[in-house]
Amino acid sequence: MLLRLEPRGHHSIFWTYASPLVALALTLLTSALVFEILGRDPELALYTFFIKPLVSPGSLPELLVKASPLILIGTGLSLGFRANVWNIGAEGQYTLGALAGGGLALLFYDSTSPLLLPAMIVAGALGGMAWAAIPAFLRTHFNASEILTSLMLTYVAQLILIYLVTGPWRDPEGYGFPQSRMFSDTATMPILVSGTRLHLGVLIAFIVVLLGWGLLGKSLVGFQLKVVGQAPRAARYAGFSDKGLVWLAMMLGGGLAGAAGLFEVAGPVGQLTPQISPGYGFTAIIVAFLGRLHPVGVLFAGLLLALSYLGGDAAQIDLGLPSAVTNIFQGILLFFLLGSDILILYRLRLGRRREQPAS
Amino acid sequence: MSGVSWLVPVILSVISASTPLLLAATGELVTEKSGVLNLGIEGMMLLGAIIGFAVTLTTGSAILGIIAAAGAGIAMAFVFGVLTLLLLANQVAAGLALTIFGTGLSALIGKSFVGNAVPVLPKLNLPILSSLPFIGPILFQQDALVYASFLLLVLVGWFLYRTHAGLVLRAVGDSHEAAHAIGYPVIAIRFGAVLFGGMTSGLAGAYMSLVYTPMWAENMTAGRGWIALALVVFSTWRPARLLLGAYLFGGISILQIYVQSMGLPIPSQFLSMLPYLATVLVLVLISRDRSRIRLNAPACLGRPFHATG
Repeated sequence: MLLRLEPRGHHSIFWTYASPLVALALTLLTSALVFEILGRDPELALYTFFIKPLVSPGSLPELLVKASPLILIGTGLSLGFRANVWNIGAEGQYTLGALAGGGLALLFYDSTSPLLLPAMIVAGALGGMAWAAIPAFLRTHFNASEILTSLMLTYVAQLILIYLVTGPWRDPEGYGFPQSRMFSDTATMPILVSGTRLHLGVLIAFIVVLLGWGLLGKSLVGFQLKVVGQAPRAARYAGFSDKGLVWLAMMLGGGLAGAAGLFEVAGPVGQLTPQISPGYGFTAIIVAFLGRLHPVGVLFAGLLLALSYLGGDAAQIDLGLPSAVTNIFQGILLFFLLGSDILILYRLRLGRRREQPAS
Repeated sequence: MSGVSWLVPVILSVISASTPLLLAATGELVTEKSGVLNLGIEGMMLLGAIIGFAVTLTTGSAILGIIAAAGAGIAMAFVFGVLTLLLLANQVAAGLALTIFGTGLSALIGKSFVGNAVPVLPKLNLPILSSLPFIGPILFQQDALVYASFLLLVLVGWFLYRTHAGLVLRAVGDSHEAAHAIGYPVIAIRFGAVLFGGMTSGLAGAYMSLVYTPMWAENMTAGRGWIALALVVFSTWRPARLLLGAYLFGGISILQIYVQSMGLPIPSQFLSMLPYLATVLVLVLISRDRSRIRLNAPACLGRPFHATG
């Protein structure tokens, strides 16, 4: 074998941070190739996808608006992934949060109480937590894989949403479209900068990143999350509660996903429709990994993947490419990231392994 | 016999709902037996579905379509194998990446094929047997993929438990360190198992787009890849129970369609939830018995292996 892997014997700090950049560069190269195969000018396509959304007027606030759900969900997931709790059903928790909070907005449609919006936010987070509580309970009591149960519940959540917006919650004046009434102004997230769609939820996302950073770096809980992930046996000897951490991870992930769902329907979307998410809950998984399972990394990764959504929109409008290009880009990025992460623990060596001396 | 003849179409529809699950789960069973967890079934199925459909439509040959679909599944599994086996990537994350990528790529390729239709895969009628009443249409008038799903399952059962190679594969899944120490090529064996899983997922996808609904629609597998994963747990990694599980789930999804068509005052969305809820329920029932899981699950499932020294 010409190329072989040699254990470094330690975590390479350099490659922990360099590998996402390597992955991004390789992804751009591969994307150019994909565009070439599709018969598009790769230079123009890459420009449309990655640069144009950044330089066109008013795009920066839009980037933040798209990034905030990714950052919120990604922060919650990254803390869970550290403890090997694989909540991959954030998309469903996002939907339930949107339904719980949005349901309040519809129930108190005529209310002008300033308490309505805070109540909706709480309901959103609780809705997400409730949906995440099911896989948490099934894992801690019945040993059922949270990967599969949380994912199955995502399909169930989507069906509940469709039932509600085509049935009891359908807008009576909506010409039969499957959507709810637009939320009243009282039930809509306040805009931070007039003329943009920057809403309160964006600010909250940034605050959550700071809180997450503090939780991870400064608290006992953060320490436990890290130890359980890196050295599960040591954690058991230290007496850390396995079940407690599963619950904590699922509640954090579910609560933040639920809040993100509420911010989205009470913010940019403004109503409940079957299309309240372009797959934020799944993309947030990539965000968590790309961000090195660290809240600050998640912030940057969230911005990058938000760019892929804006770029996908731009490519759809300008180049007539289907929006699925966004998914392809995201998948390739995660492939390369996972591949180049090998350099964190191993170094590549050229040449044959030296023969082991006979013992 | 005429008294039960109404059952024939019901059973036929159960078979067609169960076949993609059985195909995908059979491959995943082998993959997991070798110690690798591939969560990318949904993505491999979707790519298999569109490639199988596209090739059948453009060449007019369903056989070429099926071969291409299997190839697409293998190609996807190859990427997964390189990442997880050679580059030691986290298997959960790599499987998710495979699903996200497969969803996107199939939608991109499929965009120009939406609205087309292909003729349903022809039934292979066995002479004489197919004209038997009742069992004839059920057992001997099926298409090639249905026969293949049974054949593959039997072959896998025989391979795993009756051959030396199967014993080695199980040993690799149960203790890669020991298998390596004896001198078995752990990574190569796992790679083969992963590629086999890709092939059957590709076939499962082809069944979706050539038989189940002979057309292409984005995300047409609708979570069947994930249900197949749950079925492997349900089977406690044993082929015979996989058959039971796949047909149980096929039955539930058909039941749901029949109940919908009866016009009961239940919103259709609630009935559509049934297969997903049943999956959760089944996972709980099987997983609660920890000792049985520990006894049957490959001990190295999901753990990367790197030969040292």
